[in-house]
Amino acid sequence: MSKMTADVIIIGGGVNGCATAYYLAKQGITDVIVLEANKSVGHGGSSRNGGGVRQSGRDMRELPYAMYAVNNMWPTLSEELGVDVEYYQRGNLRLGKTDAHIAKLEGMASKSRELGLNMNVVDAKTVKEICPYLSDEVIGASWCPTDGHANPMLTTLAYYKRALEMGVRFFTDAKVKKLEKVKGKLRKVILESGEVFEGETIIVAAGYESRYIARTVGVDVPLFKYFEEALVTEMQPHMFDIMLGTADADFYGHQAQHGSFVFGSDSGLEDGIDMDIDELKTSSLTVSAGCRAIMGYIPLLANAKIVRTWGGWIDMCHDGVPVISKVDEVPGMILACGFTGHGFGTAPAVGLMLSQMVMGKETVVDISALSYDRFKSVR
Amino acid sequence: MIDIQEKLKEIGPYVEAADDDVLVCRCEEVTKGEIRQAVHAGMFTMEEIRRYLRSGMGLCQGQTCGKLVKGIVARELKVSPLEIEPATSRAPMRPTEMRIMAQDGGGANE
Ligand SMILES: Cc1cc2nc3c(=O)[nH]c(=O)nc-3n(C[C@H](O)[C@H](O)[C@H](O)COP(=O)(O)OP(=O)(O)OC[C@H]3O[C@@H](n4cnc5c(N)ncnc54)[C@H](O)[C@@H]3O)c2cc1C
Repeated sequence: MSKMTADVIIIGGGVNGCATAYYLAKQGITDVIVLEANKSVGHGGSSRNGGGVRQSGRDMRELPYAMYAVNNMWPTLSEELGVDVEYYQRGNLRLGKTDAHIAKLEGMASKSRELGLNMNVVDAKTVKEICPYLSDEVIGASWCPTDGHANPMLTTLAYYKRALEMGVRFFTDAKVKKLEKVKGKLRKVILESGEVFEGETIIVAAGYESRYIARTVGVDVPLFKYFEEALVTEMQPHMFDIMLGTADADFYGHQAQHGSFVFGSDSGLEDGIDMDIDELKTSSLTVSAGCRAIMGYIPLLANAKIVRTWGGWIDMCHDGVPVISKVDEVPGMILACGFTGHGFGTAPAVGLMLSQMVMGKETVVDISALSYDRFKSVR
Repeated sequence: MIDIQEKLKEIGPYVEAADDDVLVCRCEEVTKGEIRQAVHAGMFTMEEIRRYLRSGMGLCQGQTCGKLVKGIVARELKVSPLEIEPATSRAPMRPTEMRIMAQDGGGANE
């Protein structure tokens, strides 16, 4: 076995962990270890998400790096990693059927414009021009032409493959149990199976489980977990390349490069799900509700066959944006968790910024608002 | 715990084989050579292979090629096929139209 110490240890082989490993290696830091609990890299949300590369609807604390990724990273990512990650930048329509929907979309669009993002509300006729396959019940939509989608499984594995080629060491079936400080500085990473790794910098990017891991050195990140489901249809003739969502948020999705439609949806009962984190069981209620929602906006898909359904855990953060931060009380630790269901589209920028934090460089955009100590009592 | 770099060293580099262009997954048109190369790129599990190549993700959901892919991966990794875990099967059991899947009633808003 190779040595068990490294300059940087990354806990979690999701898209954020793999991207960070890659950007570190790219800048010459190849003494990096990634520890993934599962036998498969990308076992978490990173292989289960809807592939949305979205800027619209983002919080102002997140939008700058979501835009940075779209403007500077996604367009050349396939070429850079040597794997086609199926990135399409053809825009995002968020559909409305009622006046209340349109009012909600107007609100979102004007807020985004204030932050410098091109997003407008368009009428039914324009919606039909952008996407002719939608129901006549659609009376308008918000339109963000620079949004898009990519293949999350390929993106995660492409970062992994490239980082491996550059010398990063990955360990799978390597579940972290706890962290330990040595002389006041974070140093040891101890696995459930007993092995001990040591690193100068330790990045915790383990989705919701980051909470358990950080707690072992006294840091509690206010996360909760939410189960989100998705489905995929058999291949369909090519219809459109845009990303779709609705004002009601009852479904979202796109047609993937090989022709299948991938949609995420919910039943509205998710808050009450009481399932162990290792279980990933889908619910027949959700897929059924999802089908009704999808058919209500894209009637042509009524006869499309669903081939698979799946679900994944989302690391929801208390205030809706992630924690990407060093921790004063635990020198050597960097937290990267709480992505709140939209951490795929930002992963290139987050990976780059985490690598910059490790190297003591300034991050490409200011993310001081994502600090771990921002949570204050409201009373 | 699996040390991926060590395992890659142990299995050695990918060497082209005469039957690499044999189609293994017919739904998604994936060849034996593509599967073998993926293993050497670090895709050691059935989940990773299918996510990387789409083998077993088509209409039959791997019912035809699952065993074959497993055999190829095991051979490349120099382990018994019994050591390779199958990929998770997912609902629905058979491809089913949306209009049929939609019929559980719903109704909370009615
Ligand atoms: C159904 C669904 C749809 C989504 N749709 C979108 C979308 O359209 N657009 C978007 O931007 N985002 C979307 N998301 C969110 C997105 O998938 C996540 O924000 C993103 O993948 C987070 O990546 P990550 O690397 O931080 O976490 P993860 O992918 O969860 O990776 C964390 C890894 O850590 C590992 N781990 C856990 N515990 C330990 C431990 N103790 N030791 C070692 N390793 C451990 C896990 O096995 C996992 O592989 C969606 C999520 C879901 C579930």
